Amino acid sequence: MTTITTAGLGGHAAGTSPAAGTSPATGTAPATHGDQAALDRPAGDPAALGLRENATFDRTTIAAIRHAAQTGLYDIRGGGAKRKLPHFDDLLFLGASMSRYPLEGYRERCDTDVVIGARHALQPIHLKTPVTIAGMSFGSLSGQAKEALGRGASEVGTSTTTGDGGMTEEERGHSQTLVYQYLPSRYGMNPKHLRMADAIEVVLGQGAKPGGGGMLLGQKITERVAAMRTLPIGIDQRSACRHPDWTGPDDLRIKIEELREITDWMKPIYVKIGASRPYYDVALAIKAGADAVVLDGMQGGTAATQDVFIEHVGIPTLAAIPQAVDALQEAGLHRQVQLIVSGGIRSGADVAKALALGADAVSIGTAALIALGDNDPALESEYRKLGSAAGYYDDWQAGQDPAGITTQDPELSKRLDPVAAGHRLANLLRVMTMEAQIIARACGKAHLLHLEPEDLVALTIEAAAMTRRPLAGTDWIPGAQGTPATSAVVGANA
Amino acid sequence: MNQALHRAAPGSAWEVAHPDGRHAIAVGLTEPISVRISGPVGYFAAGMNEQATVEIAGNAGVGVAENMMSGRVHVTGSASQSAGATAHGGLLVIDGDAAARCGISMKGVDIVVGGNVGHMSAFMAQAGALVVCGNAGDGLGDSIYEAHIYVQGNVGALGADCVEKQMRPEHLEELAGLLAAAGRSERPDQFRRYGSARQLYNFHVDNAFAY
Repeated sequence: MTTITTAGLGGHAAGTSPAAGTSPATGTAPATHGDQAALDRPAGDPAALGLRENATFDRTTIAAIRHAAQTGLYDIRGGGAKRKLPHFDDLLFLGASMSRYPLEGYRERCDTDVVIGARHALQPIHLKTPVTIAGMSFGSLSGQAKEALGRGASEVGTSTTTGDGGMTEEERGHSQTLVYQYLPSRYGMNPKHLRMADAIEVVLGQGAKPGGGGMLLGQKITERVAAMRTLPIGIDQRSACRHPDWTGPDDLRIKIEELREITDWMKPIYVKIGASRPYYDVALAIKAGADAVVLDGMQGGTAATQDVFIEHVGIPTLAAIPQAVDALQEAGLHRQVQLIVSGGIRSGADVAKALALGADAVSIGTAALIALGDNDPALESEYRKLGSAAGYYDDWQAGQDPAGITTQDPELSKRLDPVAAGHRLANLLRVMTMEAQIIARACGKAHLLHLEPEDLVALTIEAAAMTRRPLAGTDWIPGAQGTPATSAVVGANA
Repeated sequence: MNQALHRAAPGSAWEVAHPDGRHAIAVGLTEPISVRISGPVGYFAAGMNEQATVEIAGNAGVGVAENMMSGRVHVTGSASQSAGATAHGGLLVIDGDAAARCGISMKGVDIVVGGNVGHMSAFMAQAGALVVCGNAGDGLGDSIYEAHIYVQGNVGALGADCVEKQMRPEHLEELAGLLAAAGRSERPDQFRRYGSARQLYNFHVDNAFAY
């Protein structure tokens, strides 16, 4: 465990304390601040004694209330929504059989390449796989972690994305294709970097916190990070949530025009939104001239934000995609303005489902960090020392990451080997791509982008309503106009 | 037009005639050239300027010289809101007034305004100096970091964590230099200085209602 001085940082919002809800369900009482012994103490299963846990006041809720009462602080943490949400798991593919032909696995071609930004940009981006790396900043991540992301992505021919705080030399050097985020704070925003980037992503919001700005707490504002962001060392940085020189869609159109003029119309310009009102936001982004729209659902991670924001603002990725696709189709620009979906993408199945619903590409953040080594069970004892556990660690804001990823501590950062970690990420990206191909071939598709909504059915009523795909085994789509509610009973397997 | 300016030879001089309020004029310049824009401009004129000297003979729209890195931008008229937003360096001179949020999130630029500035000017200003020869609206310097603010006239309500500070010799010297660079004749000793109280740099539960 590394001790990072917090002198002068006294009482900041739950910066280093174990976040409420992070204690593993070991049957012991949830760990609260300083209650380390509780984590180590063996105990039987209270339910075996006939004791009944309160579903409303469950142990995470009780821990959160106790923490608020004891400290007067709300919880700040990293990661995305932890609550159970309708997700890609609630969809299934209808493999080909009689009515459609499948393609031979491993023999017949199933292409995976995607072009982003051909609507207006003179130099669109060509990716070999539709799985890209989401925006994560140097500052929130160590230099080694950023380098590993660049190495892994470049190994398989996909892109990485900068974050709040500007572009580092390491990152540009190791990323074959780099997307430069243009954020409200404009920390480290340099026109040289705009020109060095392969694409520009105007960030309006993030799925973890639509309507909120980023945070980087004092432990991670080291000399280098502070200098890049023009901030005093050790402050708790609160990024702006609105752009300083434009508001609304008409201004955005002018801002995009300025960015294009500055870069001589070479670079694709993405607009990133946090999923809340995707139909309207995507329609307005298209109208403002975006080449691509990045849509981030509420499962998408963040380096640091209030837990209340992460869990209660925004909508799930699954719910957001069909609305975004509606807006693209109504504009006649589906597949011309690319839709890049992020927020809880974990596997090739998720990739295939996102594409089938109408996305052109996806981004991974949390899954990429796990591939690098985040929440590694081998570090269990170190996570325990921090009051957390492998698989639960979310104090990404605290800068004490034993895996050397979400930290600026030079000793911790050194633990991450960027070459090996980059290779692990490349492996994950390959697996996700191949898994998506397996599904696409089973559905008779010679390109991942040929996947379509008709290949999907829903497992739950919620997913059926959100995606407008019928509940499996029925032709019932809840809420669909002209569909009698009783059709679920009589629905036949089509 | 911008592409021609991007390819211009260092030291060359250009005139943009009949700008007619168009947006994004003379943006992303990288060379030490001089550009005179003879008339009013729309949004983001001289945005992200590096090294160039740009004179706007007229009024400027939103975000003039936004994110300027170096060089000099001179507006002979007045400027709309967010003038000099997030600019990292260089000098922005506005002879007339500047509207709301002048110098928002400024990161090292120096801004000299001959007239008044609107509300929330120098909001979240990180570094650099804002000189206001007239009056400043409410919320001046809200959530300011290490930027310096000098105002000759009246100041409305100060923003969160912004306080009046003592004018020490080094500040008088800085101010005199900026006024001279902007071609102004005001006397530095007639100004008052404002800056960060640095009370909100770190989260503290007792500050919950200060924001």
